Amino acid sequence: MSAVAGGVGSDGETRWHEERRGIVANAVGVGLATGAYGISFGAISVTGGLTVLQTQVLSALMFTGGSQFALVGVLAAGGGALSAVATSVLLGFRNAFYGLAMAPLLRVHGLRRAVAAQLTIDESTAMAVARSVEHDGGRASRLAFWATGLSVFLFWNLATLAGSLGASALGDPKVYGLDAAIPAGFIALVWPRLRDRRSWAVGLSAAAVALVLTPFLRPGVPVLLSSVVAVVAGVLAVRNARVGS
Amino acid sequence: MSATWWAVLLATAGCYAAKLGGHSVPQRVLDRPIVRAISDALPIALLMALVAVQTFAVGQTLVLDARVAGLGAAIVALLLRAPFLVVVVVAAATAAVFRHLGWAV
Repeated sequence: MSAVAGGVGSDGETRWHEERRGIVANAVGVGLATGAYGISFGAISVTGGLTVLQTQVLSALMFTGGSQFALVGVLAAGGGALSAVATSVLLGFRNAFYGLAMAPLLRVHGLRRAVAAQLTIDESTAMAVARSVEHDGGRASRLAFWATGLSVFLFWNLATLAGSLGASALGDPKVYGLDAAIPAGFIALVWPRLRDRRSWAVGLSAAAVALVLTPFLRPGVPVLLSSVVAVVAGVLAVRNARVGS
Repeated sequence: MSATWWAVLLATAGCYAAKLGGHSVPQRVLDRPIVRAISDALPIALLMALVAVQTFAVGQTLVLDARVAGLGAAIVALLLRAPFLVVVVVAAATAAVFRHLGWAV
């Protein structure tokens, strides 16, 4: 191999070292930011009646924020276990699509796939797809997925513990307005998804359906039935796309 | 085992199945426009329904209490691009202040 080619190679390696450092720094940043709402989750969960252990099991084993908040929210509102489970799993269904996008990039099997699946969440997927796979065959993208997934997992779990222990030390949640923290958490989770008129229409219709049904059904069931709005919206969106094309 | 534990473990299993399913099933099973469109709308519908119920419901009764003020404060914080923890703390503090001053129950 010529000296020139060797020089180009080490240039490339230097660039990769810099890129790698940037990716890891971003991953830590996202982990810390996510940790901030891990604290709220821990606090809301024990305020809603779950134990510190149950709260921690959710963060370690379920590890998908929206679903964790939903399960705790429905149970805290006096909803049945089944509607809490159904709402939580429906919310987690989007992770299947993240997995679909990540599988060809990661190309892992066996135990590594099982771990990759657990780390497949909003943040790790977003950081991975933000990296181009054109120039390096996906090396940076894969690192972004693993680094972000592990970083968020670590900080999310530490923050959950801090939040749950902190809230167990407090008294009546109403005094601190912690019951108002639950809807605030949900609106903050949905906010980035309310991008256009269609998403607002879906969201407000679902809210209306849930409120109209509330007096007639057991807590938790109205929220679950509001998913019908998503089905209708999905069917309409596909039909409109067909008419448009 | 309590109903809460069952709920925690069942929901955890379901959520993990969704994650693993995405990594394991053939592309064509999930990658259909209708499945994708519904799946895009699902989080919006469920989260907004949860916002509504958690703000206005006590059991099966609809009420107006300090949580509404908390939600209003949360929306203002979001419009000001506040981070998640700030949004939640602002909402809780607003509700607590409204109750303390006797403006709401």
